[in-house]
Amino acid sequence: MTATLTDDNVAVAGVHPVSVARSYRFELVKLFSQWRIRLVVLACWIAPALFVAGVSQQSTLPTDTLFGRWMHATGWAGPLVLLGFAGIWALPLLTSLVAGDVFASEDRLGTWRHLLVAVRSPRRIFAAKALASLTVLLLLVVGLACSSVVGGVLAVGNHPLVGLDGHLLAPGDAAGKVLLAWACALAPTLALAGIGLLGSVALGRSPMGLLLPALVAIAMQIAQMMPLPVVVRLALPGYAFISWNGLFTGPAQLGPLLIGVVVSLVWAVTATALAYLLFLRRDFTNLTYDGSGRRAVTVGVLPLVGLLAVTVAVVTGATGATGSGIEQDKVQRSVATAFAHLYRIQTKELNRPDVTEAQVKATAACDKGSDRVAAEGPGNDWRCVVTWHLPGVEAAGTAIYQLDVTPDGRFVADGDGPKEVNGYFLVRTPTGDAPNPLWQFDGNVALLPTPLKG
Amino acid sequence: MDTRIAIRARGITKRFGDVVALDGIDLDVAQGQIHGLVGPNGAGKTTLLGLLLGLAVADRGSLEILGTPVGRALAAPYGVAGFVDGPGLYPSLTAKQNLAALAALRGDAQTTGIDDALDQVGLTDVADDRARGFSLGMRQRLGLAAALVTKPRLLVLDEPSNGLDPAGKKHVYGVLNRLAAEGTSVVLSSHRMDDLEALCSEVTLVATGRVVFSGPLSKLAAENRELDYRLLTSDPEAARRLAVDTAGIQAVDDAGIRHDAQMLVVRAQVPALDELVAGLVHAGIAVRELAPVVSPLEAAFLALTEQQEAGR
Repeated sequence: MTATLTDDNVAVAGVHPVSVARSYRFELVKLFSQWRIRLVVLACWIAPALFVAGVSQQSTLPTDTLFGRWMHATGWAGPLVLLGFAGIWALPLLTSLVAGDVFASEDRLGTWRHLLVAVRSPRRIFAAKALASLTVLLLLVVGLACSSVVGGVLAVGNHPLVGLDGHLLAPGDAAGKVLLAWACALAPTLALAGIGLLGSVALGRSPMGLLLPALVAIAMQIAQMMPLPVVVRLALPGYAFISWNGLFTGPAQLGPLLIGVVVSLVWAVTATALAYLLFLRRDFTNLTYDGSGRRAVTVGVLPLVGLLAVTVAVVTGATGATGSGIEQDKVQRSVATAFAHLYRIQTKELNRPDVTEAQVKATAACDKGSDRVAAEGPGNDWRCVVTWHLPGVEAAGTAIYQLDVTPDGRFVADGDGPKEVNGYFLVRTPTGDAPNPLWQFDGNVALLPTPLKG
Repeated sequence: MDTRIAIRARGITKRFGDVVALDGIDLDVAQGQIHGLVGPNGAGKTTLLGLLLGLAVADRGSLEILGTPVGRALAAPYGVAGFVDGPGLYPSLTAKQNLAALAALRGDAQTTGIDDALDQVGLTDVADDRARGFSLGMRQRLGLAAALVTKPRLLVLDEPSNGLDPAGKKHVYGVLNRLAAEGTSVVLSSHRMDDLEALCSEVTLVATGRVVFSGPLSKLAAENRELDYRLLTSDPEAARRLAVDTAGIQAVDDAGIRHDAQMLVVRAQVPALDELVAGLVHAGIAVRELAPVVSPLEAAFLALTEQQEAGR
């Protein structure tokens, strides 16, 4: 019997493709035979511990990075500082190095034919390569997280962490949330990995394929720095690199976090599926093949642009959010809440009788710029007057803060009031000078109108 | 299905856009046969080898490999191994690791087959060296070893003797002949006629995507045509006079080879050449060398491909 090739339904009898498990092992062997992968794995498991331990011992802390100002106080701040850095630089670059090169390397080495003859199934080759690159990425992310935790806890200790609204997280709670934050960062890493696979398949040996995840990550970071509407911000796959901040408020701002994670996963699946379609359509006999060219645009880029548009529409419909999401009442609430929590910490430092947040009854009156400017949106011209009370004292205390609110909702409040309250970076305690928690603090404005309860 | 036939192709057509790479190719390769695929650059040899290896599917026609009809999926039937456009090797792995990874893909954890394959191609001494530093010839031999590890029933090789030194070529020839003797079919393409003459029992000559000859080498070489022969004698002048006087012999002044005053180039068919040799011996002129300027196979190749080009 002889089959005719024009018949699409010809059974491929006698073809026994290699299993995905074996192909996966083969891909891992190839990946780990590269010195740069071994070096990167080693670096991810060692360097963060040294970095966190080293920085924690410095007199000057990276206060411009979230949780950086608490690195002297607890070992759990270091992993979060590293997570902030990793979301901007390390993870996109690592993704480029692994997922962005996993297909292109075969183009460079001219080994596609060899691989296809050996495995006998492009589908399984794709699955094995995708799984192997994700495995290596997972190993790198776990390494970054574990190493930074070990470095922080060993160098500084397992102490409570001050959250983004000033409340204290017990060491166990902090540990859980730190690990959860790292786990959430896996979602945008997967999205970048999907984009990396797509670039690697579509652009062949071109360096652009390798750099695509890093370029996309930079583009997303630039977008996050721009005063975009909150729904566009949430619809970008990199938002989960930021939205883990919501875990460290009370109650946790889970809405943006969940949206960010889901959007990232949808991007990961879509980009991987597009890479799969492009891969199955490539011509393995053409030695000069150097990417899918125009097909990469139609099959690769346009669907992702469409996905972004659909996501914006869905997020708009689901959240009802409009504008920047940074509104006067939200800023006032965040500042007052953080102040109350931090006031309790200061009170404890000064060995004064404990007060509760309810007793402090902190309120904030915030305005942005002059009267001619609407009090909403990001900017470094926010000014807040915080008022608080003490039990049994008639008069209310006031303190002024200058706020720099970034478009992603994060703010730094810089105290400008009495030296004993928030006007100086140190306070005199019975045991000597200590950092003043009310002098400068980080906070987070919930961007969505009705944040889900944690 | 005839299980003694390793490859049966009928009317195979493959296009790349407007370019017709293969135009109704028929091919039969028996089990245990070393079959040569020969043709000028761009004739479609690599495309045909790619189809046999499952790297592409034909647009039209039928293809049966090792008794299995080939479908539209990009996959070769089990038992097919080989390479086109050079072997695919991973430079960061050693020779042994390259083969071990391939064996592991097949679920074969034993290393005896790997050592044996390396030994057969003469690479035992560099088994633990990374492929990154290998010469072209060593890469070719390692590519062949990689194919051997899979214990193929059909071996498809594109220019397997590229870059091989005489010792390497001897190894490769030995391996291919032994495989054929054990029943493995081998299809190889080559531009080197000495490869084909040394190895192949049958050849298929392809030009502009079509088969212009297919059959035993002896049939191709024995085509009744005039060839240029190099003749070195003890008396070149007398030999030239005798050659010119012999019916069917033509002295060639510009044969496209290095000029040598002692060398005479004559164009003749074999019977006339026999008559010339007899005449030279009878005249007491010693014949020191008599050889075709190009091999009969190469001459046939040139003649057939030029005909095909002229017919386009």
